Amino acid sequence: MKTLGLLQGPQTLGKGKPFWSAFTLVVALACAYPLFADGYDVGNNVYFFNWAFMALGLSLIWGYGGTLSFGQTAFFGVAGYTYGVISINFGDAYGLTIFALVASVAAAALLAAALGYFLFFGRISGVFLGIVTLSVTLVLERFMAQTAGPEWRVGAARLNGYNGMGGMPSLTIPWFGSDIVLFPDVQLYYFTLALLIACYLGLRILVNSRFGNVLVAIRENPQRAEMLGYDIRVYQLVTFIIGSALAGLSGVLYTSWGNYITPASMGMTAAALPIVWVAVGGRSDLTTTLIGAMLVLAGFQALTIHGSQYALVVMGALLVLTVLIAPRGLVFGLGTLVAALVNRKPKRQGE
Amino acid sequence: MTVLFSIFSFLYQTGDAFAFLVLSACGLAIIFGMMGVINLAHGEFIMCGAYVCAAAARAGLPLPIAILAGALAAGFAGMVIERIIIRPLYDRPLDTIVATWGVSMVVTQGTLILLGSTMPGTGTPFGSFTVGPYSYSVYRVVLMVAALGTLGLLWVGFTKTRFGVLARATIQVPHIAQALGVNTGLVYSLTFGLGAALAGLAGGLYAPTMTLVPTMGSAFVVEAFVTVVVGGADIFLGTAPAALVLGAVKASLTSWQGQLAGQIGLLVAVIIVIRILPRGISGWILRERT
Repeated sequence: MKTLGLLQGPQTLGKGKPFWSAFTLVVALACAYPLFADGYDVGNNVYFFNWAFMALGLSLIWGYGGTLSFGQTAFFGVAGYTYGVISINFGDAYGLTIFALVASVAAAALLAAALGYFLFFGRISGVFLGIVTLSVTLVLERFMAQTAGPEWRVGAARLNGYNGMGGMPSLTIPWFGSDIVLFPDVQLYYFTLALLIACYLGLRILVNSRFGNVLVAIRENPQRAEMLGYDIRVYQLVTFIIGSALAGLSGVLYTSWGNYITPASMGMTAAALPIVWVAVGGRSDLTTTLIGAMLVLAGFQALTIHGSQYALVVMGALLVLTVLIAPRGLVFGLGTLVAALVNRKPKRQGE
Repeated sequence: MTVLFSIFSFLYQTGDAFAFLVLSACGLAIIFGMMGVINLAHGEFIMCGAYVCAAAARAGLPLPIAILAGALAAGFAGMVIERIIIRPLYDRPLDTIVATWGVSMVVTQGTLILLGSTMPGTGTPFGSFTVGPYSYSVYRVVLMVAALGTLGLLWVGFTKTRFGVLARATIQVPHIAQALGVNTGLVYSLTFGLGAALAGLAGGLYAPTMTLVPTMGSAFVVEAFVTVVVGGADIFLGTAPAALVLGAVKASLTSWQGQLAGQIGLLVAVIIVIRILPRGISGWILRERT
């Protein structure tokens, strides 16, 4: 019960009845959506959820931890490729794809731990951290892009260079009778939705717990936090690992969803997109990050359909404008405005 | 003799890598060292310089003039961007990274839309010379000289000229400089413009050796970032020695295992160096001195 009480607290926007009613309504709508839509469309729209984990992870690292990580897509790619290699080699029987999912996320977390050790224990912070994580991402992209030859294979899995790796099986849940294969369809939709809600609520508990409060204290003033006796390096490292593992989860879900992963998913453009989603939404809150990511993704999708080349220009301009006009995020600004209005009403009645 | 040839080959490759690192990093290093701003649109200034240089050279201008035109164009673009986007963000250094990344996306994709996926370049001038069994490009030697010349000019510019004194005063204590009558806004603008012009110069100098595509800047940025991270905030005590060390690392790994190994080795070297010297080479040298 005590843990559940942390679902709302000082580090998250939204509390009390209005917020949780709205939350329940949104979840109910999301659950009901497949009843009114075609299975094919539902499967396609899982695409949006796939990215949400990466956005939430970045919100944790950047928004709550104050650490600028541009490496989300590196962990996305590492986990995606790991999933491909494992699942192609071992197949999808006996729930082995679930093992592949766990192993891939663990691989991303391991890489994050190794990189984060050097960064945080070297006391790299601020802009340098952003540059190093971005450099790692770009070098990983270039490395994967040159794996075109037949000698680049792990077991039965060919890495295929710039064309990307394909043909891995989708996630499969072992079930009595016949296994449930999570093709992009209604089942995958519910699976991803459940995972997303679990991650979102879990992160809410995390940031409102003691750990989250210390993390925000470090963001606000690292020296003060250190003087109070907290080893800020450990807190930042753990945050970095959790956030990167979430990016890895996105990578696995994406790879399983499209049965496909390419080096371009780690490139400069791909690495910028999570920054756009999170910055536009409002990085310092999980809810606004999630809403912002969904809105920007939907906008990007719509733009891509109507004029593919301009979508990236609009994304870049959106990023610049957000930083200049609403540094804390557009959705965050709206959210605080709504909260201020809601909180003002009872006072007026009281007067 | 073969040993001598190999030594010459290694020195040539190190010099080549050194020139590449110095030229691609010094613009970034000036903007970072002087203003604390990391300019993620750095690669796009390089691309701008390369495009203008190639266009000018194809229009019939001699190559040195074309290269200068590229540098000037990039410098002008830099001053405009500083005025519009960077200026409100000086007290929020992390946000400048994000904002300049936005600029980078707009420029890369905008160039792709306006000018297409590639642009005709100019050939590499001067031909080649041979030492022992290997042949070397003369233009690469010109690039090494250009890198050293750029460092020399920057040193003179920042230590001997009035602009250099005003710039360093502004960087150290902005409000005192302002109180003494320095137009700090103009100094910031010029410094950013200088950094962008140096990026444009790198683009112009390398334009004859590369394929001109809108994303060509990203071929430079990783090396530039890495050099600045290893070097630290000071361009003469940081960037130049860092470029020399990293150049040697890159050259030996490249000749041993190929280009990609050079890049990966560079990155690993950087991650290890920052663990040992968090403030970069210049931070280490300056601490030794005090």
